[in-house]
Amino acid sequence: MKNNLTARTVIIVVTILVCVFGIIDFPKSRAELVKNFNDNIRLGLDLKGGTHLVLEIQVQDAVKADADQSAERLKDDLKKQNVAWNSMDVPDVAHVEDAENVAITIKGIPATQSSAFRGLVSERFSNYILTALNSTDYSMKLKPTDLNELKVDTVKRAVDTIGNRIDQLGLAEKSVQQYGKAGSKFEVLVQLPGVDDPARAKELIGTAAVLEICDVKEGPFPSKEGALAQKGGILPLGTRLVRSKPRGAQDGEQWYLVMKTPVITGRDMRNARPGQDEFRKWETNFSLSQDGGRRFGRYTEANIGNKLAVVLDSQIVSVATIQSKIEDSGRITGLGSEEEGVDLSRYLRSGSLPAGVIYNEERSIGPSLGADSIHQGIVAGLAGLLAVVAVMLVYYKRAGVNAVLALGLNTIILLAAVSYFHAVLTLPGIAGIILTIGMAVDSNVLIFERIREELRTGKSVIAAVDNGFSKAWWTIVDTHVTTVVSCAFLFLFGEGPVRGFAVTLVIGLIANVFTAVFVSKTIFDYELAGRRQLTELSI
Amino acid sequence: MELFKNTNYDFLGKKWPFIIASLVLTMAGFASILVRGGLTFGIDFKGGTLMTVKFSQKPPIEKIRNAFSRSGKIKGEVTVQNFTDPQTQNEIEIGTELVNEKQLAANRQAMEEVLAASFGQPGSGKLDLNSASKDSLASRLRDPLAAAGVPMAEPQLQKVVADILNYRDTPPRSGLIVDFSQLSSLPGVNAGIISALKQECYLAPYTVKKTEMVGPKVGAELRNKAVLATLYALAGMLAYIAFRFEWIYGAAAVIAVFHDTLITIGLFSIFHEEISMTVIAALLTLVGYSMNDTIVIFDRIRENLKIMRREPLEVLMNKSVNQTLSRTIMSAGLTFLTVVALFIWGGPVLHTFSFALVCGITVGTYSSVFIASPIVLFWHNYTDGRKRSAPVLAAAARTDASRKSPSKAVK
Repeated sequence: MKNNLTARTVIIVVTILVCVFGIIDFPKSRAELVKNFNDNIRLGLDLKGGTHLVLEIQVQDAVKADADQSAERLKDDLKKQNVAWNSMDVPDVAHVEDAENVAITIKGIPATQSSAFRGLVSERFSNYILTALNSTDYSMKLKPTDLNELKVDTVKRAVDTIGNRIDQLGLAEKSVQQYGKAGSKFEVLVQLPGVDDPARAKELIGTAAVLEICDVKEGPFPSKEGALAQKGGILPLGTRLVRSKPRGAQDGEQWYLVMKTPVITGRDMRNARPGQDEFRKWETNFSLSQDGGRRFGRYTEANIGNKLAVVLDSQIVSVATIQSKIEDSGRITGLGSEEEGVDLSRYLRSGSLPAGVIYNEERSIGPSLGADSIHQGIVAGLAGLLAVVAVMLVYYKRAGVNAVLALGLNTIILLAAVSYFHAVLTLPGIAGIILTIGMAVDSNVLIFERIREELRTGKSVIAAVDNGFSKAWWTIVDTHVTTVVSCAFLFLFGEGPVRGFAVTLVIGLIANVFTAVFVSKTIFDYELAGRRQLTELSI
Repeated sequence: MELFKNTNYDFLGKKWPFIIASLVLTMAGFASILVRGGLTFGIDFKGGTLMTVKFSQKPPIEKIRNAFSRSGKIKGEVTVQNFTDPQTQNEIEIGTELVNEKQLAANRQAMEEVLAASFGQPGSGKLDLNSASKDSLASRLRDPLAAAGVPMAEPQLQKVVADILNYRDTPPRSGLIVDFSQLSSLPGVNAGIISALKQECYLAPYTVKKTEMVGPKVGAELRNKAVLATLYALAGMLAYIAFRFEWIYGAAAVIAVFHDTLITIGLFSIFHEEISMTVIAALLTLVGYSMNDTIVIFDRIRENLKIMRREPLEVLMNKSVNQTLSRTIMSAGLTFLTVVALFIWGGPVLHTFSFALVCGITVGTYSSVFIASPIVLFWHNYTDGRKRSAPVLAAAARTDASRKSPSKAVK
């Protein structure tokens, strides 16, 4: 019995040490203690303040881009094989759900060449399914497995790109992750704790959705209507009107007529950085990937003197004139200010998102609200806790100390779990903690009431304590297992906050069985050890 | 100290008044929901944009409403509401309806512009200190300080800026500085900095504390998922209790918990509180709490079934409820204390959360005694009447088998 008690004490002391270490490490000073605590116990955005964004990646854009490229390749191949066709296009789709409806429609293949056409498609475009609409028209769609792969890959690349862009904010902690099940949802969750300027974060992620460098046909025009009027109301084939991003409020509108198909996209961009030329004017130097450089070289060689537009998310951020053939590196000169150079190089460098984004959710909690919440939360939490401690001590006297120690240890274990699992404490998580503390109090009360009942029947103190614990044990098991079962379901089927609640609760319940039963019993045993004749227990 | 020693109240005899009270409460909740045309959902589930703005004085609601209705930039209806809670006296909520994602973003920006135009000085070229970020304030102060002959090293400047904004954001300022002279007491802030601040910044009489924008896809999905997860969790609990006790105990416990949730939601409608994601967390807490409470009583009934085989079920149940009464009052009372503390001092973020728990714990405690136990009793009386046998004994035999150490527990 004595050995057993020693072993149990060792377990308890080790647990306490491990937990305390998890929360505050080895602080050497008061300031360090506070710092370690704040580093290890991280608060969620709802308490601390910050920005929370859920973006939906428009995967249909990527599917459409893939189809566009395939259509271009197909045209080349058909030309080489002398197969004639009337028209080939890829209709736009508006929603993520329609991504699977993206198709290349090919019209006017002569019936005599249909077998040659089919042969070509099955040989060169094995990831596409070809369906005949009638004797001369066809439709081509990506195979479901390839389509799914493309979608998942698009979201992954978007997560990387957004992560890179957010890095430029220079935040200590941030999180960019896929949100929801891969393959069925295309959302990205961005959390920026403590960011006091959400507009800037959004600007970094959002405005730079798709980067394209396009051939400028004509412009600038003072307005869209003016441009249309000049063109007789109809835009030339394969072109679009794009507005340039206003620099300041005094700038008027400027519209350019550019080619729809970009020369190169952000995907081809390797690196870009701001610099100054010999006249100390700002410029942006950039380098391209091998493949992009080859295409850009061919294009610029043939179009010296023409203009190119850097188009970001359908807004022109810069228009430059091609002065010479540019292969894998070049520069955009004549920028107005350092800021312009920095911004442009940042846009170019951070790469292009593979698809556009829309914001499904945005929450920014100001730092003052966060400070208020923490302040009020602490005041309220302490007031509640003090009341509980006071009542326990008055009502159960000496045994109440057991309960208070168990409660304290329970809280320490919970905080340590938050620290070790790198979790963040959010409001729903705190809901879980409150329920845990409620159940911890309940477990103690259950046991103490049982011991009192046993004492009333005239049992000896030692027998009453043993019986009290063993009888309350099954009740505690049943209540805790029921709650764990419900948490398992909440975790499996719930999402976001509901999951946070379930996780905190399960950890709290395990801690609770340990503290209310194991630790509390050990303290009782210490008190009763070697005092077999004890007739009164302070409970 | 012991308050409830060997009590012998006839709880089950008084079940009808409580069952009727429960029915009345449920009906009142439903009626309120019907009258109000459905529950009031928070932005989490409803979608739209919502901005919480704190003013330095009593907010001029009419002026704000007029400013928004005049602007014409915002699509859909704009609502301006003030809080009644004394802690949030000078705060208002401005909300717009749910529209598509792009329009929501535009609405949000327009809301900021309208506020700035009505209460700020957007044309002055100065920076609003009450909405400034660290970067913007630092870059505003750098040159003027150097020009005024107070040059500062970059880390020093960053620290002063961080200190000023920290001071602004901690209570009792809570985001609003009304006079530059307030800052002069801060260490490191000298007259030169104050005059640079005065030259570069102004103090708008408001600050945006929170902005939320929820698109059409998010709300419905969140709600469906949360409801579905809760239903699965209830089914899981039913299965476990049915396995440990008898199926009717599981059913009774789940009905009682369901009853608590319904009444709490009804009370939300009656008191015109909004249902948000936080409230869902509170409802889950209450489900867990109420279930716990019910199981403790059922557990005692199961135990007594083995040692008091001859007693009629109603007497036995009464005895069990009385035996656990002390623990019920203590546990419920202590949890209630914590939750009331949260309700009083927890502030607006915890307000609806603690409201749900205050209602839920009250209802959850009495439902274990007056809803869950009578259901088991009704069922056994009904089957007894039909079979004239004693299924109570059968139940006792089963639980005997499921328990590993009966000889120790029963003396």
